[in-house]
Amino acid sequence: MGKIRRVSGPLVIGEEMEGAQIYELVEIGKEGLVGEVIGLEGDNVIIQAHEDTLGLEVGEEVRGTGSILSVELGPGIVGAIYDGLQKSLTDLMKDSSFIKRGVKSPALPRDKKWSFTPKIKVGDTVNEGDIIGTVPETELVEHRIMVPPGVKGVVEKIGEGNYTVEEPIVWLKGDRETKELTMVQRWPVRKPRPYKGRLAPSGLLVTGMRIMDYLFPLALGGKAAIPGGFGTGKTVALQQLARWSQTQLNIYVGCGERGNEMSDVLYSFRKLKDPATGRLLQEKEIFLANTSNMPVVAREASIFVGITLAEYFRDMGYDVLMVADSTSRWAEAMREIGGRLEEMPGEEGFPAYMGSRLASFYERAGVVECLGAPERKGSITLVGAVSPPGADFSEPVTQNTLRIVDALYSLDVSLANKRHFPTISWLTSYSLYVDAVRDWWNQIDSGWENLRANALSILQQEAELEEIVRLVGPEALPERDKLLLLAARMIREDFLQQSAYHEVDTYSEPSRANLMMKTISKFYELTQAMLDSGVSVADVRSSPIVYKISRMKDIPHEDFEQRIKELWLEMESSLVPQKGGVL
Amino acid sequence: MNFSPLYVKESRAINSAKGSLLVAESIPGIKLGEMVDIILRNKDVRAAQAIDISKETAVFQVFGGVSEVDLTGSKIRCRGESLKLAVSIDILGRIFNGLGEPIDGGSPTVAEDYRDIGGAPMNPASREPPSEFIETGISAIDGLNALVRGQKLPIFSGSGLPHNRIIAQIVRQATIKGKEEGFAIVFAAVGVSYNDAAFFMRNLEETGALERSVAFINIASDPVIERISTPRLALTAADYLALEHHMHVLVIISDMTSYCEALRELSATREEIPSRRGYPGYMYTDLATMYERAGRIFGQEGSVTIMPILTMPDDDITHPIPDLTGYITEGQIVLSRELERKGVYPPINVFLSLSRMMKEGIGAGKTREDHNNVFMQLYAAYAEGCYLREISTIIGAEALSERDKLYLTIADRFEREFISQGEREKRSVEETLDIGWRLFSSLPEGDLKLISEGYIQKYLPKHREEGVLVPD
Repeated sequence: MGKIRRVSGPLVIGEEMEGAQIYELVEIGKEGLVGEVIGLEGDNVIIQAHEDTLGLEVGEEVRGTGSILSVELGPGIVGAIYDGLQKSLTDLMKDSSFIKRGVKSPALPRDKKWSFTPKIKVGDTVNEGDIIGTVPETELVEHRIMVPPGVKGVVEKIGEGNYTVEEPIVWLKGDRETKELTMVQRWPVRKPRPYKGRLAPSGLLVTGMRIMDYLFPLALGGKAAIPGGFGTGKTVALQQLARWSQTQLNIYVGCGERGNEMSDVLYSFRKLKDPATGRLLQEKEIFLANTSNMPVVAREASIFVGITLAEYFRDMGYDVLMVADSTSRWAEAMREIGGRLEEMPGEEGFPAYMGSRLASFYERAGVVECLGAPERKGSITLVGAVSPPGADFSEPVTQNTLRIVDALYSLDVSLANKRHFPTISWLTSYSLYVDAVRDWWNQIDSGWENLRANALSILQQEAELEEIVRLVGPEALPERDKLLLLAARMIREDFLQQSAYHEVDTYSEPSRANLMMKTISKFYELTQAMLDSGVSVADVRSSPIVYKISRMKDIPHEDFEQRIKELWLEMESSLVPQKGGVL
Repeated sequence: MNFSPLYVKESRAINSAKGSLLVAESIPGIKLGEMVDIILRNKDVRAAQAIDISKETAVFQVFGGVSEVDLTGSKIRCRGESLKLAVSIDILGRIFNGLGEPIDGGSPTVAEDYRDIGGAPMNPASREPPSEFIETGISAIDGLNALVRGQKLPIFSGSGLPHNRIIAQIVRQATIKGKEEGFAIVFAAVGVSYNDAAFFMRNLEETGALERSVAFINIASDPVIERISTPRLALTAADYLALEHHMHVLVIISDMTSYCEALRELSATREEIPSRRGYPGYMYTDLATMYERAGRIFGQEGSVTIMPILTMPDDDITHPIPDLTGYITEGQIVLSRELERKGVYPPINVFLSLSRMMKEGIGAGKTREDHNNVFMQLYAAYAEGCYLREISTIIGAEALSERDKLYLTIADRFEREFISQGEREKRSVEETLDIGWRLFSSLPEGDLKLISEGYIQKYLPKHREEGVLVPD
């Protein structure tokens, strides 16, 4: 028990607090505001408060809790809406539509009973990470109850049936004493959860976004950044990922972003259905909402809370996707605390350790061999938005992030101004996961790699031709180049452009994307032959096929293959070289 | 209710005074954020706020600056509470200064409640996604950047551009289709010239909206520090009217650039580590705590819509003020000097402008079924025209194909007929969309790729005249 010595913004200095440890949680003042110890100087402690400090007085008490910032892991997480410190926002709603200071609410419902089915028998020896039973948490997520890290023993007794999260379900006889296990475990957020071994990312994270799946694929267990200036559609891109990605569980962390957008996300997930299972999306989603007007320091914690939840589900053997919007706001929270502590600033006032903090966060993504029996693999794919000031990618957060991630989806303001969405630039984005997903794509179509390379090359040539067009005008180009421009335009407008709000187009299966690209490629191939026989590009452009290709996006999934087949027949019969042409 | 303590705490132990900061020896029991009165030797009183308290010292930020403060003759008297606004329904029709004191010659409001001007953050789970279309009668906004209730949509302007006239027009014309409900306007003048503030007040008076308005005025000659509290007072009044009286409140803040300059000045006197261009690193969060007060709550009548105006220094949209604002607000209306020079009013640059909430507010039952399609097609056609305009400046219009020339004309007509309108002209959203269709009729029908077949049959003037389908 100590006392407040100084308060300045979110920074509180406490005194007479011997025995406090770094990252220990403390309760400050009469209202019991939550804070975290971030520095020690003799018996003075430096505390960052996770709540607004207005109204605190010098001399009010500061209580150490003895525990460090941890999350509660157990049934009840899926579908929940938490703030940055895992307080249930839906629970807090019952009292007020505003978040008052010092309010508490448990992360997991205490009174709800879950149906527990054991997977082990009395007399079995279990070790850390072993799955001891399952709970059908939602229709989409089976919650696998595991032995917490560091615990082992022989099963003495086991329960079956309905339990709350606080009731014991398994009794383990250890070396000295019998240990009761409940369905809940706690884990400190700043410490990565243990695993047996790490594996390389492999397999495609199916996002339903054509430019990602087809051109710049992200592998399961990969890490990617999406930097973009304001208005470039970062949030929509992340929402699309969280909506449609074919993983078993998605975590959406809204870190220092807009409240109305967050409510839009929450609202839409209650209505939208997962394309693979037809169930409501919120049955496989966890939301962390820490909007820009909520306390800054909790922003810093929210990212770690999110990744720890992700690790817990990874340990069950699931593929988990976590998206964080936006890591820049997180870095700004670090800057604010660093400034208050009068630390020597690095670039643009950010603390010198920002790079390593970012790296330690992104490194928690990956594919692992999980602890315990049965043997299983789990993965975390991590996508972070970056909001560079003035859309200038040379700023420190973007640059530090680029050193860590293996895929970059850079959002282009000029595409946004043209209303080309998603605004992922095909000229500056990259993915280092092409090798990791090759086997996956080969099962769909072994021609993928070639077609992908071709498409990128057409787009690159277009960019070069554009420069010439600006000098001499489009009419002065040779016919071959004009045709290339037409093909490039098709790739851009009829393939890469994808509407997040169109019922059909919002999610595009990789097989569908593949057929679309093949159709455009076929068109280009046939029309090149026409050109050789003397047909002009103006004639090609007026072909009804061009219009039909532009409408491929709208074809409902069930008719797609049939309609594309018809389109191909039509192409083959109408796009033919001129008889008796110049050749 | 808040009660003032029965005894008054006073201190004379002032150690130093500089800029707008005053450092005194610690006062027992003082709270962070508490308001105090600095009583000068000549009995003048200045308001100040405790911003850093410790066992040894307390730092105060003095509203109105520290001139005439001396270290021996001045004293500090604690008020025992933070800066609060006295609210009641009677604030409608009143004018206050940057500390919430009436400056219209009337008596202080009889308070129903005292509200902390900080405002608690709204629970994101309690928010209702904004979706109610506000018809402003301005085509470039209604047609292409629709505003909805509960949105925060700033106007990015430049010095000398007609942002005041546009805002005045919005205030005069804004209505909700088919609804007659309680509405109010809260106006915060932050560091603007006397003329600008007077222009706006006159406009309110003229439209008869004055008795439904509350104004908080801090003009350029008023204390800089009060610019920090002015917009917060305005938002507190707005929150109160929306939550307690279920009104739909439109908050207009002009000019947020002055607010940010004041914040920078303050940060510099506090000797904080500056971020870009000297602005403090927490400016994003600081702005967000204000803008995020826009919104509406599930199952409750009443909403807060915010339209801040800011002038972009040197018309630079990447300057930290518009940049950080753009990251917080739900879009922006950007004014263009080029269009202004061409004589286009309102000179709205539709490429840089954006309304993130638009898709929720338009369509069948809200505006008209074809709205989104018309928007997309207009946009695409204008973009193509502007691109060709750029090329034609180098190679000459003669070198373009016939089709390209058509688009060049469309771009000109779009600026003259669609964007351009009278300052007193109120166009319904149907009229706005029909202007779009009029432009489309000069394009080949096959080029209208972004409009679904059915709407072309129903709305294209050619087909309407044929009487194939009568528009609703």
